[in-house]
Amino acid sequence: MERIPILKMGEFLLVTIQVDLSDQLAMRLQDDLSQAIQRHHTHGVLIDISALEVVDSFIGRMIADISGIARILDAITVLVGMQPAVAITLVELGLSLPGVATALNVERGMHLLRRRLQREDGDELSGPR
Amino acid sequence: MAAEEKLAALLERHREKILAQWLRELATATGASVRGRLAGDTVARQADEFFHAFMAALSSGNTNDVGGDEWKSVRTFLEQLSAERVRAGFSSEETATFIFSLKRGLFEAVSGDKGRGAAQVAEDLWTITELLDRLGLYSVKAFQRSREEVINRQQAELLELSTPVVKLWEGILALPLIGTLDSARTQVVMESLLQKIVETESQVAIIDITGVPTVDTLVAQHLLKTITALRLMGAECIVSGVRPQIAQTIVQLGVDLEGVTTKANLADALALAIKRTGRALAG
Repeated sequence: MERIPILKMGEFLLVTIQVDLSDQLAMRLQDDLSQAIQRHHTHGVLIDISALEVVDSFIGRMIADISGIARILDAITVLVGMQPAVAITLVELGLSLPGVATALNVERGMHLLRRRLQREDGDELSGPR
Repeated sequence: MAAEEKLAALLERHREKILAQWLRELATATGASVRGRLAGDTVARQADEFFHAFMAALSSGNTNDVGGDEWKSVRTFLEQLSAERVRAGFSSEETATFIFSLKRGLFEAVSGDKGRGAAQVAEDLWTITELLDRLGLYSVKAFQRSREEVINRQQAELLELSTPVVKLWEGILALPLIGTLDSARTQVVMESLLQKIVETESQVAIIDITGVPTVDTLVAQHLLKTITALRLMGAECIVSGVRPQIAQTIVQLGVDLEGVTTKANLADALALAIKRTGRALAG
């Protein structure tokens, strides 16, 4: 059965979604990712959805859930490369994904993660925005 | 009845008189307003052309159905005339008067003819009235259609013209909004802005609403949607050009602009945007 690869890049996990996300695939990703965070003791997850062109409410909620799960496991999720059509769809569906950090591309996302983690290390009081 | 002259032939015989009467009617009915916009011989030429087509259709014998094939050239002429008059800025009334003022000339020609019985005259008059009324209505319809085309085209042009996305600085886009925001426009604005964000990889978008006359709950909601979509893509958004009255309206309407950075003018927004991108690039 196909699954979405979760790559470890230094201190972060990188998930690139390059196929159409079926409900099953999304469930599996959620499962795999939460275990991977635990296993690798990672504090930052990058999800690249630049190749994702179609979303529905289920996938939208899935993305929000994954971010929520990661946060409980003490990892920050950054969603990168969302296409305009996907963004519009999510907004129209009423899924504004509050609490999910976003960036334009993987590079910027990585940057954002580093900055957030540095700030958390420096000042425990100021949590993620 | 067969002995009596055909209506078409009768009218053809009085052609000169009818046309002269018609032009006089046209001149008095529409008066100075038309003369100012059309050359004097234009009206005469149009009248002549219409009369020619009208007579051709009338002599075909079909006097009931102006939608028929025999009347095609008349309809085409009326469509052209209406389209021309829409462009020249005439009202629908003035356009319809062009047809209706022909009535008198035709009536006089028919009733003044010695060789017809009263019954025949009445019947002919009825035929003429019916025909001209229908043609008049048709020209109004054509007039309206032409005007709607003009309106539609202008709307489309306005939509394209009014949504320029400008690159202000490296990584900073600005969208100066002018005019009222409705759903259709917001959709276009949102799409072009988001698309541009992807193309230029800009981090900050400034939406300037100096040119938006009023902000109601719907407009505010559209703005919020755009801002949320921008955030989802990983860009930041600053709203600038909020005038005092609009700020008051927003608060009074109870619109929640929590989490939206607002600035009074574009300059302040740009300064903030540069600071944000600068910090991000340097970090």
